[in-house]
Amino acid sequence: MADVLKIGTYELRSRLIVGTGKYPSMDVMQACHDASGADMITVAIRRINIDDPTGKTMLDFIDRARYTILPNTAGCYTAKDAILTAKLARELLETDLIKLEVIGDQQTLYPDTRGTLEAAEALVADGFTVLPYIGDDPIACRQLEEIGCAAVMPLAAPIGSGLGVCNPYSIRIIKERAGVPVIVDAGVGTASDAALAMELGVDALLMNTGIAAATDPVRMAIAMKHATLAGREAYLAGRMEKRLYANASSPMRDLIGTPK
Amino acid sequence: MTVSVNGAERECAEGVTFGELLAELGIEARAVAVARNDEVVRRAELGRERICPGDRIEIIKAVAGG
Repeated sequence: MADVLKIGTYELRSRLIVGTGKYPSMDVMQACHDASGADMITVAIRRINIDDPTGKTMLDFIDRARYTILPNTAGCYTAKDAILTAKLARELLETDLIKLEVIGDQQTLYPDTRGTLEAAEALVADGFTVLPYIGDDPIACRQLEEIGCAAVMPLAAPIGSGLGVCNPYSIRIIKERAGVPVIVDAGVGTASDAALAMELGVDALLMNTGIAAATDPVRMAIAMKHATLAGREAYLAGRMEKRLYANASSPMRDLIGTPK
Repeated sequence: MTVSVNGAERECAEGVTFGELLAELGIEARAVAVARNDEVVRRAELGRERICPGDRIEIIKAVAGG
């Protein structure tokens, strides 16, 4: 049986979701998306520049036959703004998917939990498939699930910080209690972070800067693809117990010498 | 009449539709979504809905983001 990821009515083969931000060029971005094996790609929503409205938009660089677009409400600091942004995204992209972000402050980009809960409730009631970005707080995650969110997306570390999973214990608690997919979103910096996060048992990862800001982004996209797979397989395989003392791998009988 | 478009005031002919405004601004309708006073104007309505004085209009597109 294939290890398929189900989020609401959506099915994804890849457990890696990738962003479109901060790449050195559109060519590199597209190559990274391809190399990562991702099925789902995020975009942000912004005012068009009235004085210079022509030219390509992000949609011209994403093949929608291949990738599912997940719009976000990045840059929204109130539930009201996030709700309007989500509705505009739905109209623009003809999707009910939304990565909900209601941000608390610019320096940490931490979610405003109260605003996130308020916006999630309104958007779920309006028929959205809500994927909320949230802190690694098991209570907030439970509340978002109770509201009807299709997944919960606790951060590993602040957006763009590359610190990796700062509190693996919180993530484990969240996963243990969640009845919806848990997607670690934000803070993954390199392949080992991705593998570790997946070994905690979470269902998927969402990352952007970890790939886009690498010295060789395409190579890092490949690394993240393998790391996500490796972590997932290791989790499903069931790791060995940790031991304080050694346990020999080669037989202890018929030795030439004598052990000490 | 005066309206605001993406936070900036602008003068607009009376009775203009959203579709006409987009065309006037050189914006392709398929590349954007529009809101008037915090309510989305459906794509199918852009050619029919008329802009009113004092309307706060948002015209957005998809951009890079995580």
